[in-house]
Amino acid sequence: MYQLDHLKELEAESIFVIREVAAQFENPVLMFSGGKDSILMLYLARKAFYPARLPFPLLHVDTGHNFPETIAFRDELVEKWNLRLIVASVQDAIDRGLVHEERGIHASRNGLQTAVLLEAIEKHGFDAALGGGRRDEEKARAKERFFSHRDEFGQWDPKNQRPELWNLFNAKKQVGEHFRVFPISNWTELDVWQYLHREQVPLPSLYFAHERLCIERNGVLLADSEYLQKKPEETPATYKVRFRTIGDMTCTGAVLSEADTLEKVIEEIATTRITERGARADDKRSETSMEDRKKEGYF
Amino acid sequence: MHTELLRFTTAGSVDDGKSTLIGRLLYDSKAIHQDQYEAIEESSRRRGEEEVNLALLTDGLKAEREQGITIDVAYRYFSTPKRKFIIADTPGHIQYTRNMVTGASTANVALILMDARKGMLEQTRRHAIIASLLQIPHLLVCINKMDLTDYSEEVYEKLRDEFEAFAAKLDVKDVSYIPISALKGDNVVHRSENMPWYEGPTLIYYLENVHIASDYNFIDCRFPVQLVIRPNTDEFHDYRGYAGRVAGGIFKKGDEVMLLPSGFSSKIEAIDTYDGEVEEAFPPMSVVIRLENELDLSRGDMIVRPNNMPEVTQDLDLMICWFDNKPLRLRGKYIIQHTTRTARCLVKEIRYKMDINTLHRNLEDREIKMNDVARISLRTTQPLFVDPYSRNRITGSVILIDEATHQTVAAGMVI
Repeated sequence: MYQLDHLKELEAESIFVIREVAAQFENPVLMFSGGKDSILMLYLARKAFYPARLPFPLLHVDTGHNFPETIAFRDELVEKWNLRLIVASVQDAIDRGLVHEERGIHASRNGLQTAVLLEAIEKHGFDAALGGGRRDEEKARAKERFFSHRDEFGQWDPKNQRPELWNLFNAKKQVGEHFRVFPISNWTELDVWQYLHREQVPLPSLYFAHERLCIERNGVLLADSEYLQKKPEETPATYKVRFRTIGDMTCTGAVLSEADTLEKVIEEIATTRITERGARADDKRSETSMEDRKKEGYF
Repeated sequence: MHTELLRFTTAGSVDDGKSTLIGRLLYDSKAIHQDQYEAIEESSRRRGEEEVNLALLTDGLKAEREQGITIDVAYRYFSTPKRKFIIADTPGHIQYTRNMVTGASTANVALILMDARKGMLEQTRRHAIIASLLQIPHLLVCINKMDLTDYSEEVYEKLRDEFEAFAAKLDVKDVSYIPISALKGDNVVHRSENMPWYEGPTLIYYLENVHIASDYNFIDCRFPVQLVIRPNTDEFHDYRGYAGRVAGGIFKKGDEVMLLPSGFSSKIEAIDTYDGEVEEAFPPMSVVIRLENELDLSRGDMIVRPNNMPEVTQDLDLMICWFDNKPLRLRGKYIIQHTTRTARCLVKEIRYKMDINTLHRNLEDREIKMNDVARISLRTTQPLFVDPYSRNRITGSVILIDEATHQTVAAGMVI
């Protein structure tokens, strides 16, 4: 019977979108955070152009507060697959005075990434930035297009988005504007895991259960590190945890877990009752924090 | 594991229970997570509502929450062991026709909600007409709020007959009917005990089993070239492949093919993917096709079979839905995108405007404004390789783009 299963169909759709980017833009870049969604994106992009090389570089906005495991994994991939990597450093932007560090115990460099990202896009003249955002992640993302237009300030205007029909993508823009493109828009968290499992894609160890020193704050487990400002009464203790998303060490919550293999992770996700971003302190700031950040040009 | 993907669209406005139905599907199929449920529980309490309002699960952007309406298409996801579902959740009001058209463009199934107390409304007709215009293969009419009509078989049958009579005028092939109560959950995921007279499937059973394997065209071979793959490495020194997504038919290794627009013929040497060669490629696969001889072929060209050609033409007859604030300009020039080909076009004629509540053809008023549906003729700067939309939704569709603002101003379907 001539029918693809849902993972093959999602893969075919994503490859089509990634190829459209290479065909319709002059200077695209793949945003890479070292998390599973960007690893998936990189993997799909390699498939899209095989046997040719990836026709665009990777861009990592490095907050300086990354998990060391993420950076090590990133560098290994770049080396193994002979990729071009551009690093835009938040620390460097702070030192130059482009952005200012937040203060207090909830301080995070998450919000600072936007300005650094926009600066990198402008500096390198990128006209399309491919990202691993998914519509199932968050309510503002549910309304995202595959080809999402940004004005010359990098802003997203959710009320005035271009209609997107069939598989026809309009990439026309004025000078100075750019696009964010989300090839895995239609994947869910479970689809991503099932696919990574089926394709045997290597992942950073952070995604699997391990023992780690953490503190508990507002119901979220945060990894203890030199970057995390602690209140006097917050004493780190050892928990068996894993991460469902990987962002900054200061705002990415861990979940208690025994899942130390991909099979167990999938089983855990299939039965879990908390959303993936439920442990992200950056989303808990207000009911519309993602929408607000996206409008300004966040990932 | 073999789970299929089904895309369906819903349309509705504030009071017809659309959000409640989607909330119910997500909740009963356990796609709702605890933190999401707690968030709407809290919002319901703040609004002073007694029960948890499942409709709040589909709340979107700030402006939508403030106004209590759906403006844009929102995509939602859930799955059962049999299928993964993508819902294109769209507004139902006439001023958002363009969003309904967008959601309908990729759907396998249109889910049309009818209020059992109110029967056929203008909006019901509009949704059905859009579904027929966009050639959604399957139409499912859910007669909702049965709990408010004492679960009456008579009411259900009357509404079903009424819709059937109306659908006879439309170009729809497969229509089904289910009496439900989204609020109480009757016949959504769980079979209703209140309607023993109804022997058909529940909504979820229908969605899991409706036959979608033949929704693509597997007859007419169409392969629009996206880009040329030329690695220029030692290992693949002379490699030249054509990357694209199959838009129709089944391509096999060894097939005789014809290339458009050149008209040259060749043979398929191999069909490549990252995971190795495949013997055949069919919609919606993304592959790379290698041909036996080196030919001039690039983005926007099409690989077809010599005995089964699309129409090669610079003159198009289209049904369009207009999206832009500024009306369509007769004799105006626009950018046109069709498969992977981009050209410019000139609007030669506006034949008529169609009333999408009644199907009436208006030959007098030919001012085409936002959300209007019309039949027009175009002349393009280059030939396009088209099929009628009713035969192939991929090679039969175009978008028009304003040359100055770059907005997508219309969706068009080839007649």
